[in-house]
Amino acid sequence: MTTTAIRTGSGWYRYASPATFYPLAGKMIPWFAAAAVVLAAAGLYIGFFVAPTDWQQGESYRIIFIHVPTAWMAMFTYVVMAFWCAVSLAFNARLSAMMAQALAPTGAMFAFVSLWTGAFWGRPTWGTYWVWDARLTSTLVLLFLYLGFIALRASIDDPRRADRAAALLALVGVVNVPIIYFSVRWWNTLHQGSSISMTAAPKMAQTMLVGMLLMSLAAWAYTIAVTLHRVRSIMLEREALAGWVGEAAAAEGTAAAAAGGAPR
Amino acid sequence: MNAPADDALGGLWWACRRDLKLAMRSRTELAVIVVFFLLVTSLFPLAVSPDPELLRSIAPGIAWVAALLASLLGLSRLFAADHADGTLEQMVLAPAPLPALVAGKVLAHWLATGVPLVLLAPLAGLQFGLAADAIAVLAASLALGTPILSWLGAIAAALTLGARGGASLLALLVLPLAVPVLIFGAGAVESFASGLGADAHLSLLGAGLILAWVFGPAAAALAVRIAHE
Repeated sequence: MTTTAIRTGSGWYRYASPATFYPLAGKMIPWFAAAAVVLAAAGLYIGFFVAPTDWQQGESYRIIFIHVPTAWMAMFTYVVMAFWCAVSLAFNARLSAMMAQALAPTGAMFAFVSLWTGAFWGRPTWGTYWVWDARLTSTLVLLFLYLGFIALRASIDDPRRADRAAALLALVGVVNVPIIYFSVRWWNTLHQGSSISMTAAPKMAQTMLVGMLLMSLAAWAYTIAVTLHRVRSIMLEREALAGWVGEAAAAEGTAAAAAGGAPR
Repeated sequence: MNAPADDALGGLWWACRRDLKLAMRSRTELAVIVVFFLLVTSLFPLAVSPDPELLRSIAPGIAWVAALLASLLGLSRLFAADHADGTLEQMVLAPAPLPALVAGKVLAHWLATGVPLVLLAPLAGLQFGLAADAIAVLAASLALGTPILSWLGAIAAALTLGARGGASLLALLVLPLAVPVLIFGAGAVESFASGLGADAHLSLLGAGLILAWVFGPAAAALAVRIAHE
């Protein structure tokens, strides 16, 4: 536990210290949160009111404006999480491990939402809530990988040990993710052919694409905002004995008092 | 027992012999794993239906799922006893490289728990009315696949040392990672039965086995070190 925060570093390494990253994250959160709200509002408006009705699937296709961005985000978040895990193992960096810890619940949530919305889309389109399609199955396995990561972290009491154990698990997982994806795809095509395939999607109307991109950007902004908020809480919790936490709390307390006296 | 040699091969050999000797002294634990495997395969006809045609078609999957679950049983003991009495810490400090010692332990674990499953698979195959050559493919897929399961399990077992909720947590960590092994293992028998040949599946399992032996020792050794910080 460092009691003297590193405030004299230069360049980007400066922000590898929780003491300097904490206020920076605090400044970034409102911007990303606002961006998430604006982008999601625009994306949902385009998705639900502007984009044309699909001639094949009717109105039910509109769930892709939520489904596809969440599925992308679930996969991408795992890679980002594994990246921070690799950094934390290689450089023994506390903040990187905290970032990975903060990303995991959001990634799991996106994996769950993409499965859930996929089931609601599958019912009218395929006539069933669930098929053992390659993408569905690999997303389900991805959800289990997230849950394993979270469970391993939660069951080791020493935070530094939990960081390193969970980091190694995430790296083993990220090596396995492509293998799992291709094995599942091969398994499925061997079994039942491509009677149901989402790869041969028809060409998309311009407005549909715009709506989906806006929603994807909203998912990115949301993930960043929520992760930064969560990592700030993790920092406070784990570094509660460090000097900078008291200073930060005092600074925020006085700011709140000056702004109108919220109770401390 | 003598101290391990300083070189990698000597360390591997020493750890393997030591763990095999320990395993032979607790044969009941090994027998339980074997009985568990046969018990699980025997439950499926009771739960699904005794129809021979149906059972023959799901036999490879059942044998593989049962093998996967049975391989979980012995995992928590792979490092736990040595961790509890301090032996594992001595291994971390020993002059022999830790990956070699861990590899010896995993090899012994596979010889004690994986090989009996490979030998018993034909029995399960007969129960489900598989043809003789399909049974041979099943045994071959298990022979290639169970060492991969041992390596995945070893990494997870070392990561969960000293963690709360040991066995169920271990299952949550291992089973998602074992999905490709399950698919290629059971798929080998199925594609053989459908006349496509099992070469492709068995080759992929072999590739996985090589990958497991290349990356497994370093990863499992790192996991053991993390547990001893």
